[in-house]
Amino acid sequence: MDTLIVILVGILVSIGTYLILSRHLLRIVLGTSIIGHAVNLLIVASGGLKTGGPPLLGERNKVFTDAIPQALVLTAIVINFAVTALVLVLCYRAYQSFETDDMEQLRGEANE
Amino acid sequence: MITLYLFIFLPFIFACIVPFLFKYLNRQVHTGWFVMIVPLSILIYLLQFIPDVASGMTYEYTLSWIPSLGIEFTAYVDGLALLFGLLITGVGTLVILYSIFYMSKREALHNFYIYLLMFMGAMLGVVFSDHLLVFYGFWELTSVSSFLLISYWYERKSSRQGALKSMLITVFGGFGMLAGFIMLIMMGDTYSIRELIANMATIQSHALFIPAMLCVLLGAFTKSAQFPFGIWLPEAMEAPTPVSSYLHSATMVKAGIYLVARMTPIFGGSPVWFWLVSGVGVITLLYGSLTALRQTDLKPLLAYSTISQLGLIMSLLGIGSLAVYFGPGESGTVFTVAAYAALFHLFNHSTFKGSLFMVVGIIDHETGRRDIRYLGGLMQVMPITFTIALIGGLSMAGLPPFNGFLSKEMFFAAVLDVSKAGVFGLGSIGALFPIIAWVASIFTFVYCMIFVFKTFGGPYHPERLNRKVHEAPIGMLLAPLLLGLLVVLIFFFPNVLGKYILTPALSSVLPMMTPSSYDLKISAWHGLNYELLMTIGVILLGSLLYVVKKKWLPAARKFPQSLSLNHFFNEGLQGAERLSASLTSRYMTGSLRHYLIYVFAFFVLLLMGSLLLFHGIEFDFSNNAMINVFDAGLVICMIISAFTVLLASNRIVAIVALGVLGYMVSMFFVIFRAPDLALTQMVVETVTTVLFLLCFYHLPKLKKTVERIAFKWTNLIISIAVGLTVTVMALSANGHKLFEPITSFFENSYELAGAKNIVNAILVDFRGFDTMLEISVLTIAGLGVYVLIRQRSKRGKEHEAE
Repeated sequence: MDTLIVILVGILVSIGTYLILSRHLLRIVLGTSIIGHAVNLLIVASGGLKTGGPPLLGERNKVFTDAIPQALVLTAIVINFAVTALVLVLCYRAYQSFETDDMEQLRGEANE
Repeated sequence: MITLYLFIFLPFIFACIVPFLFKYLNRQVHTGWFVMIVPLSILIYLLQFIPDVASGMTYEYTLSWIPSLGIEFTAYVDGLALLFGLLITGVGTLVILYSIFYMSKREALHNFYIYLLMFMGAMLGVVFSDHLLVFYGFWELTSVSSFLLISYWYERKSSRQGALKSMLITVFGGFGMLAGFIMLIMMGDTYSIRELIANMATIQSHALFIPAMLCVLLGAFTKSAQFPFGIWLPEAMEAPTPVSSYLHSATMVKAGIYLVARMTPIFGGSPVWFWLVSGVGVITLLYGSLTALRQTDLKPLLAYSTISQLGLIMSLLGIGSLAVYFGPGESGTVFTVAAYAALFHLFNHSTFKGSLFMVVGIIDHETGRRDIRYLGGLMQVMPITFTIALIGGLSMAGLPPFNGFLSKEMFFAAVLDVSKAGVFGLGSIGALFPIIAWVASIFTFVYCMIFVFKTFGGPYHPERLNRKVHEAPIGMLLAPLLLGLLVVLIFFFPNVLGKYILTPALSSVLPMMTPSSYDLKISAWHGLNYELLMTIGVILLGSLLYVVKKKWLPAARKFPQSLSLNHFFNEGLQGAERLSASLTSRYMTGSLRHYLIYVFAFFVLLLMGSLLLFHGIEFDFSNNAMINVFDAGLVICMIISAFTVLLASNRIVAIVALGVLGYMVSMFFVIFRAPDLALTQMVVETVTTVLFLLCFYHLPKLKKTVERIAFKWTNLIISIAVGLTVTVMALSANGHKLFEPITSFFENSYELAGAKNIVNAILVDFRGFDTMLEISVLTIAGLGVYVLIRQRSKRGKEHEAE
């Protein structure tokens, strides 16, 4: 199971990287989102996927899944969301100002 | 003793007052009069040391600066330092006196005198400091103040270029010297030059001995304009003439000589030192005298002659270092005289070269011309200037009855001695020394004649000159007259100078010898010997060459510019600039994709490389949980949706597929028994998708049908490599579990924090700081979004209003 998740993470990272390397701003944002998902999965998986109860006391479980990666990922999700929102608005603004979303055109003046 | 420090730092202290003097008193009195007090008082103060130092005493005072690092300003007064100190302050006084009449009151005099005082203080610091790092500090300060003085008329392009070139070359050498000093400090385990000399034996057998020597010599050669680093000196002639006279003939260029003389007890006696110092000196001597012949402008002519004379002094110091090798004894004594001659000529050169530069300044000032092709016949108009020029010129050429004659005789004696020394593989090569020296002296004679007689002799052409020519004011003539007087006086009474100033200086250059026991009398007439015959030959051949100069001088001046050292330097500098510009523009393309490729490539290379190199790849599947159908289905779903994002030709499809991916992730969180994560992921994914769609709505309508991503092999390879690296790394990390996790502590959350939800207890209790800052991130992002949108709409409104 762990191995499967890790391989899935690898595939997602590949796809995300490919998207980030493309020319269009929006695809770059899509790529970062995919990599964000992949990293979250990786963090959870690195805590070990041994079956146990959810980390809630009082459920009469003796064994819990690891709670620390969950807390870390929870933080990561929120920060990822904040950054994505900001980047999206930035894309929108960049498009409004320069009327293009092509990264090859958004490279500043030559010899600035 | 605090007074010594007071006097060493007096120029710096006084420099702070200069702007006020200039601002409030310049109308009435030329600022230079106030400034002249400074070197004069230091000179008088230093004169008091002469009797004590001549009797073999030295003074040493320590002023603590950074005691924890062992850095202190130790002032050490011995013969050599005193000789330089007297030169700096003596010539300094005269130069300031001269500048009072040379520099107009309309100039920015406060700048001029501040730079000059800064230079003077730095130079005094160089010669009196015993601590290597403090020495280096003052050394660089001389470079900086020289830079400022050369570019004094900063509105001229040539001034700026000359200043830049001198800065580049001397600071380059200064860095080399610093490296050499650091090696010396490591070898001798002390910062003090005197203690290094005392530890000579351990240093000489150290592996860093030769590298340290080369580095120190680099500093000395660049500062003293030795071959091939001399090219900055002629261009430094863009400075006002008092500066050229002071810095570029009498004092700063002798800092390298001072360094070589100071270091002779440490490095002398090694063949490398002897060959480098004397060899480079002789080459510089010949090169300088040859190149000086080709100049038509008086100041560069004097600059090259300075280079040549510095080469002479340097070669004498190199020959003198043989005395260290031979040690006290008969053969050592012979070479002691060479070092003595070096110090003697050093003093003589400061006197006559200083006066010659002032003469050029007078000519420039009174005629408006400096080019000998326009000048001539000034003898009748400016008799006093002519007399000074004649004294200086003949002294430089090495004729009696001027001091240059004495030092040149001693120079010839030294090169004749070295040709017979027969150590360090001198053998037959040694015979080259007298020959080169003799040839160079002939050229020296010729350019001295050109300097004096092309300027002052011949027919007078007032129509070629810009101004009505008359003799300079007496104030301007005073300083060169005094120097000229010194030139003659030293010829008649050389032993006064020798006994009180030069002999103690010699005992600091060659401490192992006891010079007082040898007969170091300088005599004008020393019998009919080879030296005198050589001088007669110089005069005869030189006169002959001067008479027939029309036949060969134009040919010499046609020497191709493309082969000059200057040309190589300029081309090299421009080439380096072009190379770096083209390199930078090659990889700094401005394309985000390229930069990302660099980042990813380094990521892959470093991580993959180190994993392979340190055998970090180790898989361990034993802890794997079981896979059930549900998991496999989810994984397949995720892969499909990710590929859909990748391959979608419609943006809406891509976004929906991304949303699907996010919901799948939250499904995984459900499977992984993470209810909080699943909830958050679900909500966040929803909002993100909405945001994406919102953004889409504002994106270009005409581009709604988006073309497929151009298929690029590099992108594919890099992304697969990145994915592979992450996978391998993650699997290896799972295979290397070293310690038990600390989760068991947090399972006490009910006892410790009163919470049953462990994840939430971690977020708000155990690790509440993370959450606080995460909230700040969210706030800042929200503010950012608000500002971005609002600013836009504001600007849009302004736009409409227009």
